[in-house]
Amino acid sequence: MKPMPELVAQDGRTLAADHPESPLAIAGMTVSYGDKPVLFSVDFVTPPGAMLAVIGPNGAGKSTLIKAALGIVPRVSGKVTVFGAPWRDARHRIAYVPQRASVDWDFPATVLDVVLMGQYREIGFLRFAGARHRSRAMECLERVGMQGFAHRQIGQLSGGQQQRVFLARALAQQADLYVMDEPFAGVDAATERAIIAVLKDLNAQGKTIICVHHDLATVQDYFSHVLILNLRKIADGPVSATFTPENLQSAYGGRLAVAQIDRIAVG
Amino acid sequence: MNGFLQALLLQAGYNTALVTVGAAILGASAGAIGSFVLLRKRALVSDAISHATLPGLALAFIIMAGLSGDGRWLPGLMIGAGISAGLGLLVVDWLTARTRLAEDAAIGAVLSVFFGAGVVLMTVIQTLQTGRQAGLSGYLLGSTAGMLRSEAQIIAIAAAVTGLAIFLLRRPFTLVCFDAEYAAVRGINVRATDLAMMGLLMAVTVIGLKVAGLVLIVALTIIPPVAARFWTDRPGRMVVIAAMIGAVAAWLGAVVSSLDRGLPTGSLIVLFSFALFVVSMLLSPRRGLLAGIAHRLRFQGLVHERQGLIALARAEPIYDSQTLRRLKARGWIRPDGVATLKGRAAAAAAQRDEARWSLYRNLHPEAAAGSPSQGIRPLAEVLPPDLIADLDRRLGAGSDFHEVRI
Amino acid sequence: MTNTFVQLSLTPILIGVLACCACALPGNFLVLRRQSLIGDAISHVALPGIVVAFLLTGTLAAGPMLIGAAGAAIVAVGLIELIRRLGNIEPGAAMGVVFTTLFAAGVLLLEQSDTSKVHLDVEHALYGNLESLIWLRGTSWAALTDPVALAALPPQLGRLALVLLAMVAFTVVFWKELVIGTFDAGFAASIGARPGPTGFGLVVMVAVAAVAAFDAVGSIIVIAMFICPPASARMMTDRIGPQIGWSLGFATLAAVLGYVLAGYGPLWLGGRNSVSAAGMIATVSGVVLGLAALWGPRRRGAHRLAA
Repeated sequence: MKPMPELVAQDGRTLAADHPESPLAIAGMTVSYGDKPVLFSVDFVTPPGAMLAVIGPNGAGKSTLIKAALGIVPRVSGKVTVFGAPWRDARHRIAYVPQRASVDWDFPATVLDVVLMGQYREIGFLRFAGARHRSRAMECLERVGMQGFAHRQIGQLSGGQQQRVFLARALAQQADLYVMDEPFAGVDAATERAIIAVLKDLNAQGKTIICVHHDLATVQDYFSHVLILNLRKIADGPVSATFTPENLQSAYGGRLAVAQIDRIAVG
Repeated sequence: MNGFLQALLLQAGYNTALVTVGAAILGASAGAIGSFVLLRKRALVSDAISHATLPGLALAFIIMAGLSGDGRWLPGLMIGAGISAGLGLLVVDWLTARTRLAEDAAIGAVLSVFFGAGVVLMTVIQTLQTGRQAGLSGYLLGSTAGMLRSEAQIIAIAAAVTGLAIFLLRRPFTLVCFDAEYAAVRGINVRATDLAMMGLLMAVTVIGLKVAGLVLIVALTIIPPVAARFWTDRPGRMVVIAAMIGAVAAWLGAVVSSLDRGLPTGSLIVLFSFALFVVSMLLSPRRGLLAGIAHRLRFQGLVHERQGLIALARAEPIYDSQTLRRLKARGWIRPDGVATLKGRAAAAAAQRDEARWSLYRNLHPEAAAGSPSQGIRPLAEVLPPDLIADLDRRLGAGSDFHEVRI
Repeated sequence: MTNTFVQLSLTPILIGVLACCACALPGNFLVLRRQSLIGDAISHVALPGIVVAFLLTGTLAAGPMLIGAAGAAIVAVGLIELIRRLGNIEPGAAMGVVFTTLFAAGVLLLEQSDTSKVHLDVEHALYGNLESLIWLRGTSWAALTDPVALAALPPQLGRLALVLLAMVAFTVVFWKELVIGTFDAGFAASIGARPGPTGFGLVVMVAVAAVAAFDAVGSIIVIAMFICPPASARMMTDRIGPQIGWSLGFATLAAVLGYVLAGYGPLWLGGRNSVSAAGMIATVSGVVLGLAALWGPRRRGAHRLAA
């Protein structure tokens, strides 16, 4: 592929050439809402096959990072590649799961309708979902344990069930990179276990997972890699080397009790 | 022109002066209550209210015409309009609270259906023997021409009373607009306050019908507050500025409309409001369009420069062409991308400042989060020198930030 | 022997039904997107568009009028977006600024220009004149097969049929994009379903429907039909396909029943003159909405049940 001119570094290298395998490579990304920077000059390269948590205090720019990387909110500066290609050319390889609260669940659609949205690209222009698409959607619902709810209106689901439907929609996309915004926020324990089982399964098949995550207590159990943010990148790397009291202290500052950090470091 | 000056300075006869003053008081009241409604994010509720006056207006006319032969008695029409507007408001609230409809659909449904029912009644009036054609047409688009002296007096007094009520209730209104839950904790009855706000909005609408007309009265409660929003972020000032804009626009509208036939008062007031709005949008130094564009470009430049310098200091590759252009323009890198002496000095300074910011954020997260452009501008522009010195001391003399110094 | 129903009532009823359905169809998406009042804004700004078109061309021919109104609608939508972004103002308030100003400008232009010789006034723009769209050559049902009589059908009939067809085509072709973009714009952007252009396309279609219907039935019905039938349909079902079906049914019901009540209702009550059909159609759609809000099986919405 021809290098995009704006991806050329001052010495002639390109971001894509530097990281051809990385599912999501970000260079010098700054995002601001009006005058207020929410992310400043973030460089981050996702290792292929990682199960990655994006953590940081409230307002650290975690959700903004993935929304800006996926082109949902505009960037002030910075470049992004997906599997070594510009985002536009590779977005069929990404499944994005927004925050549950970002949509109106009173929308007139059934669970199956929502999962079928994940097959938008395959169904194609001017065509409607057929039996093949429906059976795939049902398989995806089965994987998250929601096959019995296929014809339920989405507003009648509990929060955990809604999150599982979103995950099923992402599964229907058959992507290589799953980007999830707070998948465990406000869900019951059974749903959390079900979701993490599906994610670990995907990860075992070689898919890369990126989750915005807020529960520090489960980071070590769930994830292989971690990206710690607070306006800037504080640290990134394997959980064992990166999820340290020093890094957490520097991201969360006074907002995280020292005892809590000790417990995390020990546990 | 002489006629215009005379009218502007209230020298064109007692009636014209009375109408002009009344319109100005009305404009001020509408701007003031509209500001609170805008801050409460219910700006278009007034659209539903104004359209919902029509069936009440028409029914009052029919009833009064049946009783006395003349349906055009202003207070009676106002009462009818008020009752049906109140009913419309109740229906909006009921649809929003008791069904799955959002407020925008409820507003749209009420305004179109009430107006439709009003239109049906208007055709009934046209066929009544007693109903003169001119009876209600002035209420659609507003007309101050040929307004009776008593009508002008009623409008001026009612608008003044409404304005006074808004002034008296400004504190609870402000609190509820700012944060309804907090206001409730402070012991303010949010429901009653909202009710009073909507009641006053309704009063202004009904009083203004004859002047601005029911299709356009909504503009008086929306345009001046939106214009005022450009000049200030503080609710108290916004209300005052909106009232002033409303008063000036209504004054000018009433004056120009008195000069000739074919100059409808409502349209003129709205157009004068809009002119003031455009001036505000373009020129306001805080949030205006021109200031905004300049600010945005400056901010973007700052971000790129800062980012580029930090990348230089860390010897990281820069991929963004705009960043490279800015660095070259500042003479910080040569055309082949290698940092100049000046560039390395600037990079070291940026790196040091970055460390200061990071420490500052760690020590005082709340204060850092609250400072504008955090991390983009040098910290020395935000903090006094003694605090900077303190941060530097904490960073330690032996840190690697100082080694890069040229 | 002249069949007065065919001559005087058939075409107004058909035109009313077509206009109501053409507005109700895109209205479903407006209501779901919480953009109901876009229809309100657009139908108000048709007046200045038509006045400007008249001043430029000097005629009241349908072509220039429709182009003028559509142009005004697009200008209004652009202005609303501009003001909303620049001033960081809530969409409702930005809409209020734009449509009142353009309407006021239209009224002023109308009063200032010499339009006394032609039939163009504000009340006509608001109420329309459905009753006048009669079919003088349609003297009996047989006229439906008579080419000469068919050629004399009111032009609004064919125009609205085309517009309704365009609405159906737009909805079918962009069905997936409309549904996904309405439900979850962030997700739609992430899969390349282009929520931005789809939303703009919807607004353009709304403008086309508003302008075409406005010419025949006046702006007040247009607003009512964008909102009331879809809102009533929301109370009947939890799936978007059936919702659209219900909304078209309610729109048809309002058009037919409204026209009949306006024409014959006063006679039944002992009066001698009919009342405004446009106003009555809007009123009937409101009554339907009221009944649906009181007794519709899905009136409450899901999360209110759960809460």
